[in-house]
Amino acid sequence: MSGAHKSGALLEVSGLSVDIPTEAGVLHAVRDVSLAVRRGETLCVVGESGCGKSLTSLAIMGLLPPSAQRRAHRLALAGEDLQAAPARRLRALRGDRMAMIFQDPMTCLNPAWTIGNQLEEIFTWHGKGNRRAAHDRAVALLERVGMANAAGRLSQYPHQLSGGLRQRVMIAMALMCSPDLVLADEPTTALDATIQLGILQLLAELQAELHMGLMLVTHDLGVVARIADRVAVMYAGEVVEEGPARTVFTAPRHPYTRGLIDCIPQPDRMVPGQRLGTIPGMVPSLVGEVQGCAFRTRCAFARPECAADVAPRHGPDAHMWRCVLPPGMLERAA
Amino acid sequence: MLRFAVRRLLLALAVAFTVSAIAFMLLRLSGDLATTLAGQEARAEDVERIRQQFGLDRPLILQYGDWLWRALRGDFGRSLFYPESVGALIRDRLPNTALLASLGLVIALGLSIPLGMAAALWRNSWLDRLALMLAVLGQAMPNFWFALLLVFLFGMTLGWLPISGTESFANFIMPAMALGWYATPVLMRLTRAGMVDVLAADYVRTAHAKGLPLRVVLVKHALRNAVVPVVALAAVQFGNMLSGSVVIETVFALQGIGYLAWESISRRDFPVVQGILLVVALFYVVLTLLTDLLNAWLDPRIRSR
Amino acid sequence: MPGSTPVSAPGEELAAQAALPAPARRRRRPRWLRNIGLIGSALVLAAIVLAALAAPWLAPHDPYFQSLNDRLLPPYFVDAERAVPAHPLGTDNLGRDYLSRLLYGARISLLIGFFAMVVSGLIGTLMGVLAGYFGGRTDTAVSFLVTTRLSLPIIMVALAVVSVFGGSLEVVVLVLGFLLWDRFAVVMRSATHQVRGREYILAAQAIGCSVPRILWQEVLPNVLSSLVVIASYEMAQAILLEAALSFLGLGVQPPLPSWGLMVSEAKEVMLFEPWMIMLPGAAICVLVLAINLLGDGIRDLTVPEGRA
Repeated sequence: MSGAHKSGALLEVSGLSVDIPTEAGVLHAVRDVSLAVRRGETLCVVGESGCGKSLTSLAIMGLLPPSAQRRAHRLALAGEDLQAAPARRLRALRGDRMAMIFQDPMTCLNPAWTIGNQLEEIFTWHGKGNRRAAHDRAVALLERVGMANAAGRLSQYPHQLSGGLRQRVMIAMALMCSPDLVLADEPTTALDATIQLGILQLLAELQAELHMGLMLVTHDLGVVARIADRVAVMYAGEVVEEGPARTVFTAPRHPYTRGLIDCIPQPDRMVPGQRLGTIPGMVPSLVGEVQGCAFRTRCAFARPECAADVAPRHGPDAHMWRCVLPPGMLERAA
Repeated sequence: MLRFAVRRLLLALAVAFTVSAIAFMLLRLSGDLATTLAGQEARAEDVERIRQQFGLDRPLILQYGDWLWRALRGDFGRSLFYPESVGALIRDRLPNTALLASLGLVIALGLSIPLGMAAALWRNSWLDRLALMLAVLGQAMPNFWFALLLVFLFGMTLGWLPISGTESFANFIMPAMALGWYATPVLMRLTRAGMVDVLAADYVRTAHAKGLPLRVVLVKHALRNAVVPVVALAAVQFGNMLSGSVVIETVFALQGIGYLAWESISRRDFPVVQGILLVVALFYVVLTLLTDLLNAWLDPRIRSR
Repeated sequence: MPGSTPVSAPGEELAAQAALPAPARRRRRPRWLRNIGLIGSALVLAAIVLAALAAPWLAPHDPYFQSLNDRLLPPYFVDAERAVPAHPLGTDNLGRDYLSRLLYGARISLLIGFFAMVVSGLIGTLMGVLAGYFGGRTDTAVSFLVTTRLSLPIIMVALAVVSVFGGSLEVVVLVLGFLLWDRFAVVMRSATHQVRGREYILAAQAIGCSVPRILWQEVLPNVLSSLVVIASYEMAQAILLEAALSFLGLGVQPPLPSWGLMVSEAKEVMLFEPWMIMLPGAAICVLVLAINLLGDGIRDLTVPEGRA
């Protein structure tokens, strides 16, 4: 049984698809994705760029570009159906009950308004209190995300801050209304490597402290190993494996997951000069009908039956994978 | 910001100085001033006497300095046709042109910003295409011809508006429409282009993600950023309207400085032409200076520099 | 927008569009529609140019021949009863054949528009390329000249100069040419500036090419497409300005059949014979429209299909 149907889940996504019409045909960017995030839980969505993980988070927020078409069996936040909700209700939920942190903090803040203005407006427009209260909340949150001189920062403009500081502002902004769910779409990709870890640690801390649901989209499996409760691995628009982080890391059932894990550098276990794992080949085109396992063109274990559609398989402790291989086959590859 | 402001001010001063020299030269090019002043039947010694009396025999640079000094105090000399001084004539007519150009700008902005925004929001819709067609057509129509079409429709056929004169506010409506129409296409295209860019910007997506009401996203986060170049262009268009007022005021016989300029040029009353040219050019210089400063101030990236 | 060169030039919008590598500022129409615009405007423009060239053979009458007996005859589409086969588009208030005058008028518009564009293009391109290539003081000087030019009210200056030197075709061409170079300069400056930093220019300098040679061989071909767009726009502007000057009586002088002048002559009788202002006005409109659309079409062709 997949996690999406668990009762008590904060975010339920079931059978989500995103289609984008292009000149070459319809691009099936997200295909039949099912996910769930519970309160106080961190779900990491991993995969290569272009695998549809960012589109999945945008689809949940209802922020897809107008040309993209979203379909889902179920899309619900705290039991409330997001597909049936009118636009007004969605706006009321966005920023208040569910917040999003974007990839590039350099372009996600409005250059024309101060940090304070952009932090406070989300609080006041959602009716959380007056400007005074918004101001105090903004100062408190900027301090919490580790910015010195928080009160002084409020009157600054985005261009006066570095990328790392801006991303801290974005995190504070997402937390202004104490949301139940935070979607973070590769929040550190655009930042310097030296500050990426700090931002991620901050996110993990805040998640635990505020008992939020956190869906972290990333392509960095090393990060996932540290902070994820659950992991969803996406490939070519599809979730190929999903389950508790421990299970997925120790006993992956999909060759793609195995490949990703082999790509993580592990200083304590590796011999200097040893080559990191790589996955040969290229992601297939998702334009037009996609049949069978999309990974089979790159898979060392590919079999004839992979060309037919692969039904999801389920293991104990809510572990799901889409692969025909029997257990034990992947162990040798490690 | 201060460094920028000082540099910009110096540029404006240099331009103003050059423009004044051009206006001065124009009068000299128009022929021997002493002969003009003395009249057609004057004898040679009378012309010479006038030449000395008005200092026209002195080096050109001294005459220019003298003229500039008086112009700076608002003394542009005397009209060859009207009994009033040039300064008094301009002061008398300028309010009419200012009202006309302001009305024209209000019409242009009132049309172009909502249309440009709507065209950007509903791209490739019938409304977008209609706006584009209007813009393309508007840029191709000669302004005097458009003014005459207005006269024919509203003045002659429908009889709603007076077709010439300056007496009442109604006299300003058609001229303002003609002037505004002329400035609308370029302002609308710029609003549309700016909105299209801004609507695709990440910070607008952030604003949506924050759950702000649509009007707040569109006005505070989108329009606020798209409008900056439009403000700059609107000021330029306002300056162009002062220049375009020559044509429009002439069509409607509206007693502004444009009409005065046309009359004076036709009568070769060059001191008046010179005065108007200087006033309009200086107005434009000051206007663009203020706009650039306002724009710099609107853009926090420059303001804080 | 104020930047290092605080010139609030209306050409900046165009300058931004001409930016190299050119991102499509906007994608306005589907490609086939744009091609229709391009082909259609090219055909209309070609027809007008041919009509102007062949005016002596096409025109049914001498455009200057007055006939007081045939004054103010209506064209066929206005009043088929009173219309005369010899004057399909009627006659003006001096009895001159309107079709013939319209045909000869195309010559004046095209002639003035083209040569004014050439003059302003030479001035503006030279200034813009120099400013963009050398930067520094040259750039400051050119941006000062552009600002000065922009602060001069075009129509007033043109009227005044024409009234001093007389309204011959040469004077009108030169006056407009000296007043319309600003956009060329602004656009060519930014285009050259952008091309200048590219590797192949540095390479040309490194192997010791002379500056004029670099400008001619490396820069000019790269900015040619923006040049064509501005040229079409300025030619349209020159045609509109010539019409306005002639309309005000201080451009092309009677009895030459300038379209602007024809509108001016027709406005006395516009209450009774509105077609008389419609025809020359519409002629200007169609010509300018065709030139502008051709310029837009060429720009859309040269600019790669960009972001939506």
